[in-house]
Amino acid sequence: MITTPAVPLTASVYSLLAFFFQFLDSFGFIVLATVGLAIIFGMMGVINLAHGEFILIGVYGTALPYHAGVPLPAAMVVGVLVTTVFGVVIERTIVHRFYDRLLDSMVATWGLALIISQGLLIVFGSSLDSISTPLGNIGYGPFSSSIYSKIVLPLIALLVLGGLYLLFTRTNFGIKARATIEDPETARAMGIDTDRMYVATFAIGSALAGLTGALYAPALGSITPNRGSTFLVEAFVAVVVGGPSVIIGTLTASGVLGVFNAAGSILFGTFIGQMFLLMVAIVALRVLPSGISGYIDHWQQRRRADE
Amino acid sequence: MSDNGLAETASLDRIRGWLEGPNTYGNSLPFWGAFVVGVVALAAYPQLVGVYTTIQSARYFALAFLALSLCFIWGYAGILSFGQVAFFGVAAYAFGIIGLNFSSATGIMAGLVGAVVVGTAAAAIVGYFMFYGGVRDTYVTIMTLVIALVLNTFMAQTAGSEWAIGAAQLGGFNGMDIPSLTLGVGQTGFELERAALYYTLLGALVVTYLGLRVLVNSRFGLTMVAIREDEARTETFGYNVPFVKLVVFTVGGALAAVGGVFYGSWGNYIDPTVFGIAFAALPVVWVSVGGRESLLGAIGATVLIERMRTELSSGIGPIGSEWALVIVGGLLLGVILFMPAGVVPTVADKIETFRARRSEKGQSTPPTEEAVE
Repeated sequence: MITTPAVPLTASVYSLLAFFFQFLDSFGFIVLATVGLAIIFGMMGVINLAHGEFILIGVYGTALPYHAGVPLPAAMVVGVLVTTVFGVVIERTIVHRFYDRLLDSMVATWGLALIISQGLLIVFGSSLDSISTPLGNIGYGPFSSSIYSKIVLPLIALLVLGGLYLLFTRTNFGIKARATIEDPETARAMGIDTDRMYVATFAIGSALAGLTGALYAPALGSITPNRGSTFLVEAFVAVVVGGPSVIIGTLTASGVLGVFNAAGSILFGTFIGQMFLLMVAIVALRVLPSGISGYIDHWQQRRRADE
Repeated sequence: MSDNGLAETASLDRIRGWLEGPNTYGNSLPFWGAFVVGVVALAAYPQLVGVYTTIQSARYFALAFLALSLCFIWGYAGILSFGQVAFFGVAAYAFGIIGLNFSSATGIMAGLVGAVVVGTAAAAIVGYFMFYGGVRDTYVTIMTLVIALVLNTFMAQTAGSEWAIGAAQLGGFNGMDIPSLTLGVGQTGFELERAALYYTLLGALVVTYLGLRVLVNSRFGLTMVAIREDEARTETFGYNVPFVKLVVFTVGGALAAVGGVFYGSWGNYIDPTVFGIAFAALPVVWVSVGGRESLLGAIGATVLIERMRTELSSGIGPIGSEWALVIVGGLLLGVILFMPAGVVPTVADKIETFRARRSEKGQSTPPTEEAVE
C-alpha cells in the first residue's frame, strides 16, 4: 500500500492499526480458549477433550439467565459458577480415575464431549438467540473494530495470565499446588492434601473455561451446540505449541499464533487465517516437540550446564 | 490315505501356527469353528434379508477397515491416533478424483490402487514427521486430530469452481460424487453394487483380518507390542523404534485408505464431514468398545454400533436419532471407566479364568464332565 502514491500515508497507518486490532482479537481469543486447558494439562498432565464443551457450558450458563432477564454481568457470573461446579463434579466422578492413564483420559473426556454437546442440542434445541455485543465500535479511517472483542477481551486475557502468575508463585496455595505436581509423594509426606490440590486445580481450569464461555457469549453471534470445537481446536494448537509451562507457554504460543492468524485473516480472509494457525502448529510440533516453553527450559538447562 | 490325512493336519497346524499367538484372542479349534460358521452365516445373510439391509451392512464392513486401522496401531503399538479418518478421507477423495477423470473400468481400477497409494503415502509422510521428530504419546494424538481438522477446514471451502482437478469438482460442503467400484478392463466392467459389493467387502475383510492376525503374531508383531509396553527398553535392545512405528503407522494408513475407497464408492459420495471431529471420534469409540487388542472385537463393535446408529436414525427403537451420539459417547465413557480393555478382551479373560478354575476342579472329578463344555 505504501508503494501506491494515490494512497496517503494515513491509510497504511490505518491498515496497520487494523492488523494490530485483528492481532489483539486473535491473541485474546487464543489465550482465553487455552488457559483452562493449559492449567489442567500443565499441572495434571490430563488433556481434557471436553474443554470446548466446558466453555460451551459457560456460554449457555450465561445466555440462558440473560435471556430470562438477568443483567449481562450477573449472567456471566452465573455462567462461571455453573461451569466450575460442573467441573468439580466431573473431576470427582470421572477424571480422577485417569490420573495415571493419560491416553485413556483423552478418550474418556472425548466421550464426555459427545454427550455434552449432543445433550445441549437435545435440551435447548439447535441454537439460542445471540446476545448483542456490548460497548459498540471504534472507528478509524475506513475501518471500525468492536471495542469489546478487540480491546476489552485481550486486556482481560492479559489480566487472567497475570493473576495466574501471582496465584501460582506468590500464594501458599500456588506453592502447594506446584509441589503436588512436581512430586506428589513428597508433597503428601509434607502434609499436603494432594487430592484436594487436584480438585482445586481442575476447578480453576473449569472456572477459566466458564469465564471464557461467559465472556464470549456476547461475541459469538449465534449460539449453537457445536461451537465447542472452535474453542477446542485453538486451545489444542496453543497448548501443543506452548508446551508444558502454563503461563509462559500460553503467552508465547498465543502471541506467535495470533500474529499468523491475524496476518492470514487480514490478507486472505478468516478461513486462511485458521489454516495458517493449524499449519504453524504442525510445523512447530515437528521442530519443537515439547513446545516453546519446553524449548526454553531445555535451553536454560544447557546454559546452566555450560556455566 | 492316512498319509494324506497326516499331511493335511500338518499343514493345517502350520497355518494355525501363523494365525495364532500371544497377541490375539481366539487361539483354539472351537474359535476357528465358530469363525467359519460366522463367515458362512454372513455369506448367507443377504439371502435372508432385504436389499436395504444388505447395502447398509456393506457400509459397516467398509467402516470396519477404519476400525482395524486404529486397532492395529493403538492396540498393538500404543500409538493413539485421532486422525485415522484423515487417511480414510484422503483416499476416498483421491479415488473420486481419479475415477471421475478416467471413467473407464481400467480408470476406476487404477483409481483404487492410486487412492490406496495416496492414503498410504500421506500416512507415511505424517508418520515420518512425527516419529523421527520425537513427537510422542498425547502429542501424537493431538497432532493427528489437528491434521484431520486442517483437512476438514480446507475441504469445506473448496466449493468454488476453481477447486477442480480435471473433471472432478471438489465441491466444498456439498461434497463430491464418487464412481462405483468396477472390475474390468477398458469400457467393459462389472460394477460392484448391492450384494456384489457386500460379498467383495466381506471377502476383503476376512482376508485382511487373517492377514493382520499373521502380522501381529509374527516377529514384527512382537516388536510392536514391545514398543507399546516399554519404548525405552525396546530401543536399548537395539530396535529402531522410530522406523518400526513408521511402518506400523503406514500400514494403519493403508488400512484406513482401503476403507475410505470402499466407503466412498459405497455411497458414491464423499464430503468434508469425514474429517470432522464427530466422525473422527467414531473409530475411537468402536475400537475402545470392542477391545483395542482384539481385531475381531473392533470389527464386531463397528458393525453393532453403526447398526444401532442407522436404526436410531431411521426411527427404529424407542428414542429419536438425536440420542445416537449420546449413547455412543456414553458407551465410550462407560467402557473406559469400567472395562478399560474393551468388551472382547474382558470377556475372553473371564472365560479363561472360568476354564482355569474348572480344570482345577476337573482334576478331582471324572474327565467326562469336561466334555459338556
